[in-house]
Amino acid sequence: MASDMASDTGSDTASGTKPPTTSARPVRPTGSLSAWEGMARQYDYWLTVLKRTWRGGVVSSFLTPLLYVVAMGVLLGGFIEGDPDRLEGASSYLAFVVPGLVASHAMTIAVSESTYPVMGSIKWHKTFFAQLATPLAVRDLVNAYVAFVMFRVASACAVFMLVIAPFGVFATWWGPILAWLSQVLVGFAFTTLVFSYSARLKSEEGFGLLFRLGVIPLTLFSGAFFPISNLGPVLEWVARLTPLWHGVSLSRMFCVDRIDWALAALNVTVLVTLTVVGWFLAVRNLDRRLEV
Amino acid sequence: MISARGLRKAFGDFEAVKGIDVEVRRGEAFGFLGPNGAGKSSTMRMIASVSPVSSGELRILGMDPATDGPAIRGRLGVCPQEDTLDNELNVFDNLYIYGRYFGIDRATCRERAQELLEFAQITDKAKAKVEDLSGGMKRRLTIARSLINNPDLLLLDEPTTGLDPQARHVLWDQLFRLKQAGVTLVITTHYMDEAEQLCDRLVVMDKGLIAAEGSPRQLIDAHSTREVAELRFGVGEHEALAEKIEDLGERIEVLPDRLLVYSDHGEDVVTAVLDRGLHPIATLVRRSTLEDVFLRLTGRSLAD
Repeated sequence: MASDMASDTGSDTASGTKPPTTSARPVRPTGSLSAWEGMARQYDYWLTVLKRTWRGGVVSSFLTPLLYVVAMGVLLGGFIEGDPDRLEGASSYLAFVVPGLVASHAMTIAVSESTYPVMGSIKWHKTFFAQLATPLAVRDLVNAYVAFVMFRVASACAVFMLVIAPFGVFATWWGPILAWLSQVLVGFAFTTLVFSYSARLKSEEGFGLLFRLGVIPLTLFSGAFFPISNLGPVLEWVARLTPLWHGVSLSRMFCVDRIDWALAALNVTVLVTLTVVGWFLAVRNLDRRLEV
Repeated sequence: MISARGLRKAFGDFEAVKGIDVEVRRGEAFGFLGPNGAGKSSTMRMIASVSPVSSGELRILGMDPATDGPAIRGRLGVCPQEDTLDNELNVFDNLYIYGRYFGIDRATCRERAQELLEFAQITDKAKAKVEDLSGGMKRRLTIARSLINNPDLLLLDEPTTGLDPQARHVLWDQLFRLKQAGVTLVITTHYMDEAEQLCDRLVVMDKGLIAAEGSPRQLIDAHSTREVAELRFGVGEHEALAEKIEDLGERIEVLPDRLLVYSDHGEDVVTAVLDRGLHPIATLVRRSTLEDVFLRLTGRSLAD
């Protein structure tokens, strides 16, 4: 049976050019795909996933956060009259809370898309096992998965920011764009880290722990709803160590246009580092998990 | 197509495959026969280049899975033991999307998917959900999916486990057609009839090792007699009665529910048993099968 995609898989170059000894492993296995090709081949799969799930996504990605804005920002925030210095430079509580809300929203989407669905692809639907029987490698699976989650995070945050723009909460036109990129960065860090956690997890009980001891405290105490200086000196430093705070800090600085570039550089460094570490852990953990 | 030397697979302290030598040639149907836990599936996953070899040498299509994994997988078709079909996708999309993973362009993918639906006799189910298919249809879809890249080598892990007899025969027929089309098949099974039906050559695996190798006919000739007389007596009597008739055959096996007397002339054994004044509840004379070979080689039946 003639193979019409032999050149795609690199099989035609495999046997002839291989060195006689196999002790030295090549940097890239024969026929392995470029990162881009590995993701492109999964495009159709993720497109069908998106077609299937976007309706539910609209509610959780767009509607829920808007309810938060109305309840926390407008109705609760109406009682709060802080001067801009106590609100980290925001002109109103709404202007203060929105950048934090969007950043923590980025985290929530990233976490929920990287918990049960990852376990499902390993344990329930075995999607990863089916995909791994093709030229795709574990690395390609992680890349495409993260890319899909990031599409969800980026689009949800963009819509959120656009909808909120007419309410006059942004100090400049360009600040919100940088804030949006910061929110995307939050998504990256949480997606890769939580993916690596989920890839190791044998039962879904671990997710309850993650939400109760991770997501909820982070949402409440990472400076999204109130300045972390209110926490007192010790807890303030604890808050500064959490990944979400770095995202909230960036998102708010850019939205209210009171930017400390040195702090911004630190925030970005932390989030990028977490993303890179998370990615390596995700690939390693999934690789170990799928070896049965 | 496949060449293994001293192949081993260990999971921590547990050694699933303990050093096997296997040679599979182009165009043949090769079987791994053995009970559950014999190391068949571990061997298959190493051949499928998804499970790293612990030690020994393995070459698939002339390549080393450790360094050429993606290139090898691009030319394999894999039908795993547990269905890994995507329940969220319809039948057609299961084929189409899988083809995309191999880098097949969209138009070719659609064409191939359509052909394979016909091959699997599920064309009318193209838009159906996977979960609405019968067990036999799911298996056929899994096999169809494994053919989307026109593989040189097709790996089938327990292809008919859990299917009813009719569905098994439909599947066997399709595997025959593939074999005639020149596809090399590697099959694991714990059904001796399946191994006899499908395999040109097979190895009997037990506890991670190869116990015997050859064609089904060769194995039966080498390790069993032409016929077997099965004698069923009352519960608990078999052990004692075995001593009284063990001279009637070349060999005798005591199973919990019956005695197996191995002889080239089964009917003569039954006559002689009756002549000795013994009255089995039921008797059956049949040809030796791979089951008997397995019993001989391991002292256990395949169902254990």
